[in-house]
Amino acid sequence: MGMFTVNAFLLLLLAIIAVVALRVHQLFALVMLSGAFSLTAAAQFVVLDAVDVAFTEAAVGAGISTVLALATLSLVPREEKPHAIAPLPAIIAVAAGVLLMVSIGDLPQFGAADAPVHVHVAPDYISGSAEKIGVPNVVTSVLASYRGYDTLGETVVIFTAAIAVLLILAGWTRAPYRRENEDRNSQSTRNIEDKAEDAG
Amino acid sequence: MSEIAAHWNYYLVIILMMLGFYAVIARGNMVKKMVGLNIFQTSVFMLYISVGKINGGTAPILTGDPASVYSNPLPHVLILTAIVVGVATTAVGYALIIRIYESYGTIEDDELAVLIDSDEDACERANTEPA
Repeated sequence: MGMFTVNAFLLLLLAIIAVVALRVHQLFALVMLSGAFSLTAAAQFVVLDAVDVAFTEAAVGAGISTVLALATLSLVPREEKPHAIAPLPAIIAVAAGVLLMVSIGDLPQFGAADAPVHVHVAPDYISGSAEKIGVPNVVTSVLASYRGYDTLGETVVIFTAAIAVLLILAGWTRAPYRRENEDRNSQSTRNIEDKAEDAG
Repeated sequence: MSEIAAHWNYYLVIILMMLGFYAVIARGNMVKKMVGLNIFQTSVFMLYISVGKINGGTAPILTGDPASVYSNPLPHVLILTAIVVGVATTAVGYALIIRIYESYGTIEDDELAVLIDSDEDACERANTEPA
C-alpha cells in the first residue's frame, strides 16, 4: 500500500508537470519543467526498484538534456507563439491512448512475480551475476559483461551524435543559394568580401 | 474494475505518454516539440520499468540473502541504454533547431513552411530567368 501511494503521487505529479508544460509559453519555464519531469521520473524509478536507471535519468535526463536546452535557448527566441488546442492531433493522441489502454489489459498484472518476463532468462542473469561475473549489482554485470558489445554500440551512437552536432553547427551543410541571397541584400557584406578577395 | 486495479500503473503512464505525443504533433514551436519528445520518451521508460517491478521485490543488487526477491534487471539495462541514446538524439535535435533559426530566423514550423516555399519559388525564378 505504501508503494501504491508514493507511486500514484509521483505519477500524478508527473501528469501535472506535463500539462503545465503543454500550456506554458515561456520556453525558459518549459525547459525547467522538462528538467523537473525527468527528476520526478527518477524518483519514480527508485520506487520501482530501478536505482541505476534513476541516477542515469537524474544525471542525463534532468542534467545534460536541460543544459543542452538552455544552451539552445541562449541562441533562439524564448517565447512560443500562442496556439489554440489543435483538434486533429488531440483526436489522434486520445485515440492512440485509448487503443493502448484497451490492449494493455493483456499484459500480466502489475508487480506479479510469475509474469513471463520474470521467469524466462532473468533468474539466470541474477544467479550468474554472483557466480560467473562476481559483481553484486546485476544491472552492472549485464550492461558491462553479458551485453558488453551492446554498450560498445551505444558509445558508437553517442560518438556519431557528437560528430553530427559538430557538423551541423560548424555550418558545412549551409545552403549556398541562401547565402547568395543574403549577400545580395546587404551590399556592405559584399564589399567586405570583395575586398577580402582582392587582398587574397 | 479489478482490471483497472491490476494495471493502474500502466494506465497512468499511458496518459503521460499521450500528453508528450500531443506536444510533439500539435505544437509548432520546435523547442516545445523537443520537450514533448522528452516527456514521451521518459514515459516509455516508465512503462518498461513498470514491467520489471515485482511486488515485495528489491533493487537487483545482490544482498547475499537467499530469501530476497529481486526485481527484473533486464528492463533496467535496456532503459539505461535508451536514456543515453535519447540524449544523443536530443543533442542533434537542438543543434538542428539552432541551424534552422540561423538560416530562417524562426523556430515555429508554420512560419518556416512559408519561408521555405518562398525560398523555393525564388530559387526556381533564379534558374528560369535569362541571365
